[in-house]
Amino acid sequence: MRYHTPDNFDEASALAAQASGTTRFLAGGTDVLVQLRSDIVTPDDLIDIKHIPGVREITNEDHGGWRIGVAVSGAEMTEHPRLELDWPGVVEAMDLIGSTQVQGRATLVGNLCNGSPAADAVPALAAAGAHVTVVGPNGSREIAVEDVPTGPGKTCLEKGEVISALHLPRRGHAAGDAYLRFIPRTEMDIAVVGAAINLRLDGDTITEARVALGAVAPTVRLVPKAGAALIGSTLDEAALDKLARAARAACNPIDDRRGTIKFRTKVAGVLAQRAAKIAYARAKGDRK
Amino acid sequence: MSMIHVNTKVNGDEAEFLCDPRETLLDVLRDQLNLTGSKEGCGTGDCGACSVTLDGRLVCSCLVLAVEAEGHEIGTVEGIAEGETLHPLQQKFIEYAALQCGICTPGILVAAKSLLEKNPDPTESEVRYWLAGNLCRCTGYDKIIRAVMDTAKDMREAS
Repeated sequence: MRYHTPDNFDEASALAAQASGTTRFLAGGTDVLVQLRSDIVTPDDLIDIKHIPGVREITNEDHGGWRIGVAVSGAEMTEHPRLELDWPGVVEAMDLIGSTQVQGRATLVGNLCNGSPAADAVPALAAAGAHVTVVGPNGSREIAVEDVPTGPGKTCLEKGEVISALHLPRRGHAAGDAYLRFIPRTEMDIAVVGAAINLRLDGDTITEARVALGAVAPTVRLVPKAGAALIGSTLDEAALDKLARAARAACNPIDDRRGTIKFRTKVAGVLAQRAAKIAYARAKGDRK
Repeated sequence: MSMIHVNTKVNGDEAEFLCDPRETLLDVLRDQLNLTGSKEGCGTGDCGACSVTLDGRLVCSCLVLAVEAEGHEIGTVEGIAEGETLHPLQQKFIEYAALQCGICTPGILVAAKSLLEKNPDPTESEVRYWLAGNLCRCTGYDKIIRAVMDTAKDMREAS
């Protein structure tokens, strides 16, 4: 295994583009090193991107959105004084991943690139409308978070492409997001179902809504019909009912010992409703 | 396989070593620097027996490559006591008999110290959540949690 420490993303991309064997990028390492240690994936080239300037920074951008460096850990996001005020759902989703020790290293972009259908941070990012900047051999491009995963453990990134930053949009007024997951215990488990909601209000009426689900399909899924079910409503019973039906209709889960198809599908509707209530309260100014 | 030269700081002292890029920080701490306090339980970041601090941040040393330590500061259980004087957490763990086989203890001490530095007055729930990544198969956790809570109380009163 060759270990590389490029100084910039063009160099990181070139290293990956030229590599002939298995290549992995290393940020927090909480997936890459587990796979290495378990002899699942032993890279021929391991490209540590933590020596690139800016990768450990959370920056408030000119247009009011946030840029999150690809090596920012979950703990750094939770400790940030302002990020959680804008995007509590994204921060709480990331904070659900793993132990204190894992939080010290794990990153948002790592959670995205690992391609798990049950990734906790990814539904929250998709609901938030986050996108990533990708640097590759043919220049850079911007990709919406929901378009990155293409199947379990798979992403749309081409050979030589590397994500250089994650961007959250400007929060704006009267808006809130939330993420909930179901696990059979109280912490440190993989989502059986995850649901993220991001809303904007005009008075009591929902004017914008994005809904994303995790662990109920081969990839994390943005569900536009579930979002549409909320728009124009005041989150009344009828709207919640439509939301749950649209969320369940988008489910195509696996049947395994942690949850049956029937169970996951039912819970997806319930969690979407509960997360919508939290997001709505946050959009009204509730800071909890 | 070419070996990589790494300069780092462990418990405040300069340290250097040669390592294969596949070696973990835990491997090097134990096998080259003879700091065998950190234990390998699972080797995949689940059990916390290898907990150390990396630039003050609690991590599993089995999930850090040794080459990543270049230019950073590592803290291990060996750096907790001051000479012959045990850290209050270590003293309290003995008083409470908050260990049996002892494999998880170094990781729990490192993790608990890191908690008390960040939050000197944690609730029991906060202690339990913070230490959720440190598995103990002997004690049932109760003595550990009480030892940490009581240490926190003593340290607050002393400061």
